[in-house]
Amino acid sequence: MADTETAEAPGEPQSRHVVYCGVCTLPPEYCEYGGTVKKCQEWLQRAQPALYQVIWSAEALEAATASLSVEAQKRAAKDAQKKAAQAEKAEQKQADRMANSVVTIKRVERNKRKFVTAVSGLEAFGLDLKKVAKEFGKKFATGSSVTKVPSGGEEIVVQGDVSDEIEEFLLEKYKDIPEDNIELVDDKKLKKAAAAAAA
Amino acid sequence: MFKKDLQGAPKSKLKSSVQRSLRQSLLTTYPLLAPYIDEILPKKGSLEAMKLPDRATLYVLDGEPLFFQVDTNTLLPHLKLVHRFPAGFPSIRIDRGAIRFVLSGATLMAPGLTSPGGRLPSGKGGEPEGLDEDDRWTRELEKGEPVVVRAEGKTEACAVGFLVEGTKLVKEKGKGPVIEDAHYLGDGLWRLGTE
Repeated sequence: MADTETAEAPGEPQSRHVVYCGVCTLPPEYCEYGGTVKKCQEWLQRAQPALYQVIWSAEALEAATASLSVEAQKRAAKDAQKKAAQAEKAEQKQADRMANSVVTIKRVERNKRKFVTAVSGLEAFGLDLKKVAKEFGKKFATGSSVTKVPSGGEEIVVQGDVSDEIEEFLLEKYKDIPEDNIELVDDKKLKKAAAAAAA
Repeated sequence: MFKKDLQGAPKSKLKSSVQRSLRQSLLTTYPLLAPYIDEILPKKGSLEAMKLPDRATLYVLDGEPLFFQVDTNTLLPHLKLVHRFPAGFPSIRIDRGAIRFVLSGATLMAPGLTSPGGRLPSGKGGEPEGLDEDDRWTRELEKGEPVVVRAEGKTEACAVGFLVEGTKLVKEKGKGPVIEDAHYLGDGLWRLGTE
């Protein structure tokens, strides 16, 4: 926050390494505009105490606000408040959605003794289906793919009956998913439809 | 330009001939990058391109976003690259009050630059071009030129875009838009995962 401007160091042989905030991804000095100021501050204090001192020290804050008129300051503060409220709301919504959504692990009979396992509902937890599918494939050494379901949306289809293992794996790897929100279903009736969808 | 969140698309490797021509066009657009070019685009590196909505393309090297391009317009640097090589791009500075508007994707207006906290080029000339002691770029910038936007009291750049008005005219008029549709900190392109 001092007067040192970046561009004042031309001819630097190597690229600079810039630290980015772990919460809002902006450079820490811009955290105040990110809407999650409180969390960013906490993060910075923990992860980069030195930088925290530079950016959030009393003098720095004073210098920062000195150049603005009182009215502009007020407006900026109001704006920041609004943004923070918005961010909080969004977060709340996300948490709500996570609490309410259910991951369904379905065992589908394919051919008397052969099964496939269909996992749906993972996207609500902010997971990338494609990546998770790849992990399933690696973990269980089977084919695993993302397929569209007729009702819209997508699910992961893993070859073989690995429903119990998947549950365990999910709980261990993605701590965001509460155990109660995982549902195991044994599906026999929908055999034909599922087979068609998987094909 | 990227106000909305972007969906990552699959990346495709670029042919070495395309890489070479990209490197060339980079150097013509940003001559100041010449000392760093080998660091930005190592000869052996495999550059990848990611297609984004609205005919935009993002160039990625080893998971690090470098440049993006809309249609076949001039290449613009990704802000992460600007942060790595701040001296490689001509820049202007906005005052403190304008930061929050720019960071929410507003068009950059002239008063944010002409006020005491803002810095427009001095137009003094001189070689090599760069920032003078008053933090002003030494060359007047033309309409349509790519420019990096820094902010009063901040170290890092906060946006990058094309000038819709030459800096000389901005100084004379003192109002109206200066940069439209910029790529700014925290926009969709910034948050896009490129791993």
